[in-house]
Amino acid sequence: MYDAVVIGAGHNGLVAACYLARAGLKTVIVEKNDWIGGAAVSRELYPGFTYSNCSYVSSLFRPEIMRDLDLPRHGLQILPYEGGALMTRDGGYLGMFRDHESNRREIARHSRRDAEAYDRYARDILRNCRLIRPMLMRRPPDLASFHPRDLSELLWLGRQITGQSEAALCDMLRFWTMSIADFLDEYFENPAVKAYQAVGSIIGTALGPMSPGTAYVLLHHAMGDVDGNVGAWGYARGGMGSITRALADSFRAAGGEIRAGVGVQEVRISGGRATGVVLANGDEISARRVLSNMDVRRTFLGHVDRKELPADFVKRVERFKTRGSSGKLNIALDGVPRFTALPEGAPNIKGDLHFTDTIDQMERAYDDWKAGRFSRHPFQDVMIPTMIDPTMTPPGKHFMSCFVQYAPPQIEGKPWTDADRDAFAKTCIDQIEAYAPGFRDLILHVEVRTPRELEAEVGLTEGNIFQGELTFDQMFFNRPVPGYANYRSPVKDLWICGSSTHPGGGVMGAPGRNAAREVLRDLRQPVDHMSDAYAIV
Amino acid sequence: MNDLRHYETPLLPTPFHARTEAACKTHAWANWGGYRTVTTFEDLAMEHSAIRNTASVYDLCPMIKYRIEGPDAVAFLDRLTPRNVAKLRVGSVQYTVWCDDAGHLLDDGTLFRLTETRFRLCCQERHLPWLLDSAHGFDVTVTEETEEIAALSLQGPTSAEILRRAGVDIDALKPFRMMEVPFGMGRLMISRTGFTGDLGYELWTTPDLALPLWDHLMQAGALHGLRPIGSDALNIARLEAGFIITGYDFIPAHVCLREDRLRTPLDMGLGWLIDWEKGAFTGRNALMKQRAKGPDWAFVGLEIDGNIPADGAILYRAQKHEAGVVTGACWSPTLKRNIALAQLRADLVKSPDLWAEIYALRELHYAKMMMRARVVDRPFYTPARRTLTPPARF
Repeated sequence: MYDAVVIGAGHNGLVAACYLARAGLKTVIVEKNDWIGGAAVSRELYPGFTYSNCSYVSSLFRPEIMRDLDLPRHGLQILPYEGGALMTRDGGYLGMFRDHESNRREIARHSRRDAEAYDRYARDILRNCRLIRPMLMRRPPDLASFHPRDLSELLWLGRQITGQSEAALCDMLRFWTMSIADFLDEYFENPAVKAYQAVGSIIGTALGPMSPGTAYVLLHHAMGDVDGNVGAWGYARGGMGSITRALADSFRAAGGEIRAGVGVQEVRISGGRATGVVLANGDEISARRVLSNMDVRRTFLGHVDRKELPADFVKRVERFKTRGSSGKLNIALDGVPRFTALPEGAPNIKGDLHFTDTIDQMERAYDDWKAGRFSRHPFQDVMIPTMIDPTMTPPGKHFMSCFVQYAPPQIEGKPWTDADRDAFAKTCIDQIEAYAPGFRDLILHVEVRTPRELEAEVGLTEGNIFQGELTFDQMFFNRPVPGYANYRSPVKDLWICGSSTHPGGGVMGAPGRNAAREVLRDLRQPVDHMSDAYAIV
Repeated sequence: MNDLRHYETPLLPTPFHARTEAACKTHAWANWGGYRTVTTFEDLAMEHSAIRNTASVYDLCPMIKYRIEGPDAVAFLDRLTPRNVAKLRVGSVQYTVWCDDAGHLLDDGTLFRLTETRFRLCCQERHLPWLLDSAHGFDVTVTEETEEIAALSLQGPTSAEILRRAGVDIDALKPFRMMEVPFGMGRLMISRTGFTGDLGYELWTTPDLALPLWDHLMQAGALHGLRPIGSDALNIARLEAGFIITGYDFIPAHVCLREDRLRTPLDMGLGWLIDWEKGAFTGRNALMKQRAKGPDWAFVGLEIDGNIPADGAILYRAQKHEAGVVTGACWSPTLKRNIALAQLRADLVKSPDLWAEIYALRELHYAKMMMRARVVDRPFYTPARRTLTPPARF
């Protein structure tokens, strides 16, 4: 008999399991794949090359969790990176620089006005980050509850919000609901500057930059940090799988057990309580509680007997939006691609690279998604982490991660075929080739992942990388559904701990940590081993 | 600016770099607005002493400069700034500030009226979007011209004499007035302005004439103790003069994260700049409201007991209730007093019971002190030679 069984060895399942094991709970993780990691996974699909097969950069992963779980001692290293560039169709580029002056001069090459507008823009983004960051490591209140804890949480939330001036409050509400296109228009005039800033607003989201709500998605990508540098992103040394490897090591060091290779068939429920899981091979694991790291739809629509669930809850779960919008190409390269726009030796190639130079172009890419097709001129977020990380490939060889939007869950209403997948890959590679002639000849191997592969392999419903879209209607106390933002479910002892819960997706770890805290709270166990969110001063 | 490889030189040299680099014995450089600037050339005490005893040159090039030009230039600037620009004569200079709609300070600076319709605004921060947006509806163009101008500040008791030796008839030039003389193949504009509170001038020309100007001045000043100074010496002089620096003494609104840190001209003791009668200007309504109820903050000069500079010190009333913070402080070599500028709760300006908490790290141990602070008039130091026209020989 285990104290807890966690379904899925993704980063949030591992984080939750680590905290439970450290509190002394006998904990086991069940993983359907032969490997662990979920969407924070690194596999060697070409000899000598380690990939970041799904997620590919780190910023959101909470430093409090890294410290609590001793992850650096278990091998985790987050490497800050520099650079980044958006190639423009006229053969030029807009670079990104860590140095403030260089960044200003770079923007000034495109617009002197925008160069000087950047500081105010950065301030406004940071203001919103400061507001939201303390909420990441807290359980959202239930608005319908009169429980003292919900009331005090609501009061806390109210103080955060009303502590601002009226003007700041208005700005905040606008920011949380408006489109990134409208938001950027308030600061910038140059199309390339706007297109670059819009990058974080559509990633993983089945919305276009002109859709309301995308400004918040930008915030979701800006609220992380690398060693206190808010908004900065880094690489996990050795690929994103090192995060889950370090978590697994930390978990095992605390006495935890991982069973990979057989997935869960069903959550076992008796007398309205979860009592364990039945595996696909018929084995049963008994446990006092079950935590599901699967998304909320997969959990309740696929692995829980519906008779055990209230109809209204099921309906809400069915309506929870998990529309896939993204695909990925993981490419082994024989050498560094030469982007003709970038000056020889420019540091920009060490960061994120993009080939859509206007908001309009990004929106047209979204139009294809709406029509049920992958984008003919896709938005790509391309990284070559091996420009910095020496551990992932042989010297001189490179791994390139291409995150692509938009890719619909189905092609014109029909499941993806291998031919669709290959056409999708060709479109993306052709786009890169256009900016880096000879790129194609460097390719040694490509792993192509459409929403079909993401769902089949990682288990993300419809291939949605956030286990549910980050739109305002399904955030905070409404995530995943109203009344269940507290990591609990209608079935007693069945918990949800994945990105479907507050505060949402990305390799953040906060959902897993928050869920574990609730479990321990119910057990009246001390939580001294869990740090509160670092104070914002 | 348009060089693709600009990132290889994140800190640009100023037009005077060949000379400042040669003169900078300490290699103590710092970033000022994206330029390499010297903090101390050789010796801080010698450099400060030159400001008050002989004369100093200071490279002003990184100061952000905007050209504001057009038939509506006066109307635009009267709308932008609280001060009365219509009263600024051609050939005169005005110290000024500007605010956002909520009356919060964006920056301070100097406004030069070059012609009826052409102005130059010199400041610390970058404001192009604000200036362009504010110019809507005015027949005016706003252009950033920082890189088109080379500027040197020549300050100190012998500065007028050095200019005379350099061939400039400076005698009639009054404070806050400017004049133009031919120089080399171009022009040199001289304004009787500065940031030291002493007799002094600022010299403005084009970058191609920067080095000849430096050499010409150095030659003329050879017998008058002229030496280059870095920003550390200037900082002591400006504290003695009681001048504020945006970003040090207050946080400009457009980059201020924390709303409670925003300050208005009234909070900063700059109410005297505001012309309440001239009509609309940006921030006026908010400032009127604040004037009616009185500002929460005051900006004051302090004299603090002892001789340990109180940089960053927390101020207390009765040694226990927090009352404000020191924004700049030094031991004044000129006054032989421990001086400071501070943001202080407005209701405590007249309090006789103010204290500064000073931590002095000495050989790895802190000496903790609670020192009495007294609000005093600014400027702390203002010699008669500053305004004497014609200036004395030294």
